[in-house]
Amino acid sequence: MIVKKNNKLKGLSIHIMPYSEIRELTITERVKKILNLILGNRVVILQGRLRPEEEIRLIEDTMAMVDHIKTFKGIELAVVDSNKDEGFFLRMKRGIARGLTGESNSLTVIGPASIVKEIKKDPSKIEVFFG
Amino acid sequence: MSMLKILSRLFGIFRRRDNLKIGFYGPPNAGKTSLANLLCKDWTGEELGSVSEIPHETRHVQFKEKVEIEHKGKKMVLKIVDTPGIATKIDYEDFLGYGIGKQDAKKRAKEATQGIIEAIKWLDDMDAVVIVLDSAENPYSQVNLTIIGNLLARKIPVLVVANKIDLRKSNVKKIEAAFPEYPVVGISARKAMNMNEFYDALFKLTKKV
Repeated sequence: MIVKKNNKLKGLSIHIMPYSEIRELTITERVKKILNLILGNRVVILQGRLRPEEEIRLIEDTMAMVDHIKTFKGIELAVVDSNKDEGFFLRMKRGIARGLTGESNSLTVIGPASIVKEIKKDPSKIEVFFG
Repeated sequence: MSMLKILSRLFGIFRRRDNLKIGFYGPPNAGKTSLANLLCKDWTGEELGSVSEIPHETRHVQFKEKVEIEHKGKKMVLKIVDTPGIATKIDYEDFLGYGIGKQDAKKRAKEATQGIIEAIKWLDDMDAVVIVLDSAENPYSQVNLTIIGNLLARKIPVLVVANKIDLRKSNVKKIEAAFPEYPVVGISARKAMNMNEFYDALFKLTKKV
């Protein structure tokens, strides 16, 4: 549980999610599971990555929740790929072709916007800034 | 995607070469409406929507039908679809710094969330998409990658526009490096810079549909 005192973080809850945890779920169930954790103020680190249609659904459902839950401001999201030299197009194509993007060597970081202020990403590194 | 659209993509039949739907997508404040306005003003005499330095000025999908563009002796008719900027977070407090009152900021935030959902729902209807990015910003945001990933999955042709090349911090090469598989054209919609190159790229884009 995150505890805030004088606007300073006193704790941080990170949920490491192996892909096996969502492998059997439908797109709706996957997004719901992730958003439930985010609503519980947890930062989710998912082994692998979501499919493009799941990522966009996550954004869509996040916006619906921002619209309905007063204190919820959205998410920060980033995918870290190990095959940096391969290029985005090839990696994405491979992910789509596999259908099971969880088999890839990626990590997805998703956190509530109230806790994860910013995720800065460039080809060589990722920086997560907590609020 | 509708069955008709799948069939038309597979066999090239029923496909109308005119009035192709060109969507303008990208993050907030990248200049989508500025570019759409420039096109619409030049070719129809009317602008499409208002622009502002305050993020999420465009909060509904807006479009102009039958925009006839002529360039280097070639013509095409497009439906220009300008969409709200896609983001993963909306905080009404971010708008307060622009001198907007609390109630108006909350209303703006609510409309912005609904606008993002609307923009996403329109993705399937596009024949081709122009991704408009601010060339002075880091292009590696997950929102940009998610939009492009979805267009790739849907086999929708993409042109990347690196806008705001008039800014000192503009870095078109960084955008080219981020998306090496896509054509990238640097422009300034505000100052109508490099529009010849943009039209060249736009005509090439529509050929891929």
